[in-house]
Amino acid sequence: MSSVRETLDHCVKCTICETFCPYSKATPLFPGPKYVGPQAERFRGTEGSPDYSLDYCSGCGICTQVCPQGVKIAEINSQARAELWEERGIPLRNRIVARPSVTGALGTPVAPLANLTLRARPARWALERTLGIDRRAPLPRFAGRTFQAWARRRRGPQAASGTVAYFHGCSTNYYEPETGERVVELLEHNGFRVVVPRQGCCGLPLQSNGDFPAARRYASRLAATLDAAGEGAPIVSNSTSCSLMLKREALEILEVDDEALRRVSERTYDVCEFLLGLHERGELRTDFQPLPLTVPYHAPCQQRGHGIGKPALDLLALIPELRLVELDAACCGIAGTYGLKREKYEISMRVGEELFAQVRDAEPDLTACDSETCRWQITHGTGVPSVHPVELLHRAYGL
Amino acid sequence: MAALQTDVLVIGGGSTGAGVARDAAMRGLGTVLVERRDLADGTTGRFHGLLHSGGRYVVKDPPAARECVPENAILRRIAADCIEDTGGLFVTTPPDDPAYAEQFLAGCRATGVPVEELPVGEALQREPRLNPRISRAFLVPDAAIDPWKTVWACARSAQAYGARILTYHRVVDLVRSGDRVVGARLANDLTGEEVGVEAAVVVNASGAWAGQIARMAGCDVEIQPGKGIMIAMNHRLVQTVINRCKMPADGDILVPIRTVSVIGTTDVRVPDPDEAPVTQGEVEQMLDEGEVLVPGFRRARALRVWAGVRPLFQETKPGLVSDTRDVSRSHTLLDHARRDGVEGLLTITGGKTTTFRLMAEVTVDAVCEHLGVKRPCRTHEESLPGSQDGGHYWLGARLASREPVPRSEQIVCECELITRRKLEEAIDRRRTVNLDDIRRTLRLGMGPCQGGFCIYRATGILHARHGVDAETANGSLLSFLQERWKGVHPILYGDQLRQAHLDDWIFQGVLNVRELAR
Ligand SMILES: Cc1cc2nc3c(=O)[nH]c(=O)nc-3n(C[C@H](O)[C@H](O)[C@H](O)COP(=O)(O)OP(=O)(O)OC[C@H]3O[C@@H](n4cnc5c(N)ncnc54)[C@H](O)[C@@H]3O)c2cc1C
Ligand code: SF4
Ligand code: SF4
Repeated sequence: MSSVRETLDHCVKCTICETFCPYSKATPLFPGPKYVGPQAERFRGTEGSPDYSLDYCSGCGICTQVCPQGVKIAEINSQARAELWEERGIPLRNRIVARPSVTGALGTPVAPLANLTLRARPARWALERTLGIDRRAPLPRFAGRTFQAWARRRRGPQAASGTVAYFHGCSTNYYEPETGERVVELLEHNGFRVVVPRQGCCGLPLQSNGDFPAARRYASRLAATLDAAGEGAPIVSNSTSCSLMLKREALEILEVDDEALRRVSERTYDVCEFLLGLHERGELRTDFQPLPLTVPYHAPCQQRGHGIGKPALDLLALIPELRLVELDAACCGIAGTYGLKREKYEISMRVGEELFAQVRDAEPDLTACDSETCRWQITHGTGVPSVHPVELLHRAYGL
Repeated sequence: MAALQTDVLVIGGGSTGAGVARDAAMRGLGTVLVERRDLADGTTGRFHGLLHSGGRYVVKDPPAARECVPENAILRRIAADCIEDTGGLFVTTPPDDPAYAEQFLAGCRATGVPVEELPVGEALQREPRLNPRISRAFLVPDAAIDPWKTVWACARSAQAYGARILTYHRVVDLVRSGDRVVGARLANDLTGEEVGVEAAVVVNASGAWAGQIARMAGCDVEIQPGKGIMIAMNHRLVQTVINRCKMPADGDILVPIRTVSVIGTTDVRVPDPDEAPVTQGEVEQMLDEGEVLVPGFRRARALRVWAGVRPLFQETKPGLVSDTRDVSRSHTLLDHARRDGVEGLLTITGGKTTTFRLMAEVTVDAVCEHLGVKRPCRTHEESLPGSQDGGHYWLGARLASREPVPRSEQIVCECELITRRKLEEAIDRRRTVNLDDIRRTLRLGMGPCQGGFCIYRATGILHARHGVDAETANGSLLSFLQERWKGVHPILYGDQLRQAHLDDWIFQGVLNVRELAR
């Protein structure tokens, strides 16, 4: 029984979701959340979904957040997209971009070569022609080392006041291991022992590319790993989209029926959410040194999907002399792997334009954003480097 | 007074009358069909939407079951586009007598209803929202049939064979010459004009109103109008017709049809077929029964409730039977020459939409006998217009038709995905100023908002068309709203109550429609 689908009954056609969806504004190919969500869903029967245009929904989740009646529009779209692909077959490109743990593992040992190749014009042209990955889209750089390898070697401090389990996700592991290192050092600085289990992908990219069966397998496998880690301690993550998957989406959208996942979902925290919780209990160290920088902050869509406010803003406000600018543009346009795709790249850049303009207007030194793909996109759209908020906290602690 | 002459005058534009008109026209008879309102605005447009496999009748009324079997197969062929091949399940739910299942199986075998028992797990996989505590499940060839499409297709076919279809023409009297009915006097309720029709044979196919028409010729036909209510739920809770596997009773069928699923029905005698009010008790009863089939049913959104009136006729004990469900669901053809000594009049009544073609066939056979001609029925051989390619209707059709450039056209009715072009075509084709006629043609205003967002748009479009003046267009808007309200107010709770509030703000608050009514 699908609780997501049932919410279509709450729609009163008020059109509020339509006025907020950044993607339907950016392309006439996408008919908008009310249309593809509660409306089209009434026409989806046993034959699956006949409306290909639904694939232009990015899954950003803004519609669900703004609907005053509680219609889970983005989730309905996501499920319908899976049906669409189940019928048409998932294109090779979507299969590849949906498996960061595989591409990451393949690219890491040959990182210099892979990075060079992925930045070379002919290679990007070939990638576009063969796979439909837009040659202009921001692809991450392989770090050439993994976060896991660093964590294996690391010996944390002996005395600890508590334990957390760290769910780092694929991007941290293969592309941005330094962000993971910051998270660990920062938590240790606050007296925690950090457990890092070996872990795979949460299945989110598979879910948004419509491969539900595979996504379910990944989500369950990860849930089993995390369930066994840290003896019930909080699970902390710096990837807002992957942690949202654990908290809510795997249960709601994929309808994974799994006790371990339910347990994990209840003890998973976004890292900023967790740190702000400490601060509210007076347990966060606040020995921050001044950082005289101008930093616009963008709360990514998936972060807003957590329904936890914007804890990064409160945390960064603790840093003396940091000039924090809250950006209110809806979406950067990348939406995970959406903006990589040839037919969607331009839509994605049009969506991001409002945010890029706000960033430029702020004349920043850096930008801060919780989600890795969004950071790549913001840098791609503005030329300004973008970091996770923990990077700034880490610097301010002087670690 | 305008006058018409014809071989056969058919009274009543429901499935029966439309079927008779088509059959008669196909046999080369001059045919006029008259209907007091719009086609399929009687019981046919207010029925449950089930193309019976016969399963429902196998124990209680085997002759009715036997009739359904071949007719189901024929309609699937000739009216393919009007039918969605949903299949049907009979399921034994916890309150049902488990012994009935064996009687049911035996009944299917005896009457020829194709049946296959499904393992419960398989049935639940097919219909995940079904009560998980069902103990048995049987698959039968039930299907969903769209009444308006079916009747209109018959009418178009009849017209192609030369028949005339007069809607909004009410029979005010039958004309007798001695012992013979020789025609009828009609009132055109749109223009007030009177029309006379001379006919060699008059066929009374006016369903629950058949007694009223027969009486105009001095014949006494006792029709017991049996009212049944149905509630349309906002979306398809199931994709297969679900029947309770038990002796037929109230609220035991859930039919997925077009974008909704419909729970029904009841059976209560009413004195007047034009007065069939919905009571709160009946609504509660349907919701309770729905809960047995689909747990959580009461939380799902109800869109609208309405009632239809069964034309049940029983010759032997008029006025004595109180439970109208005991009357056979098979049809009755009355030859008033034999029965009442009145020549030139036949009454065809009872039956069901599933068997309308058969009812038409036996009726026109009798008409031919009266006229002394011998022409075989061909309605089972020739497909209806729109159904020639044999493809069934499928739910996603409208959605698919809007790809690949969904934004290229304005959508007027968002719930039922009706574009401006479709609406304008329908207004032109139907030559009507009545938005309710358009509703029956296109399903305009039949979705969740019940016209809240489309009807003011449609009114504007209507007004711009063919010089329809503002007063007429506004009148049409008001009567549409009034009609929808009737169906909504008995089920105002939960989501639909919220919708009604928003609609009210739109029409009273923003558009101030109350002023139009002055
Ligand atoms: C609640 C309910 C549920 C049902 N469900 C099903 C089902 O799921 N499947 C199924 O097969 N059958 C079903 N039936 C039975 C089926 O709907 C009817 O048997 C069938 O529609 C009757 O069609 P008809 O043409 O005889 O009557 P109608 O459709 O009622 O047509 C008679 C027409 O005569 C017109 N008329 C009346 N007086 C005059 C006059 N003076 N001048 C001109 N015209 C006049 C009326 O306006 C009306 O349109 C159901 C019936 C009911 C009541
Ligand atoms: S915001 Fe919610 S209620 Fe309003 S149209 Fe969109 S889905 Fe429907
Ligand atoms: S998830 Fe985002 S892109 Fe998709 S409909 Fe909702 S707001 Fe639009």
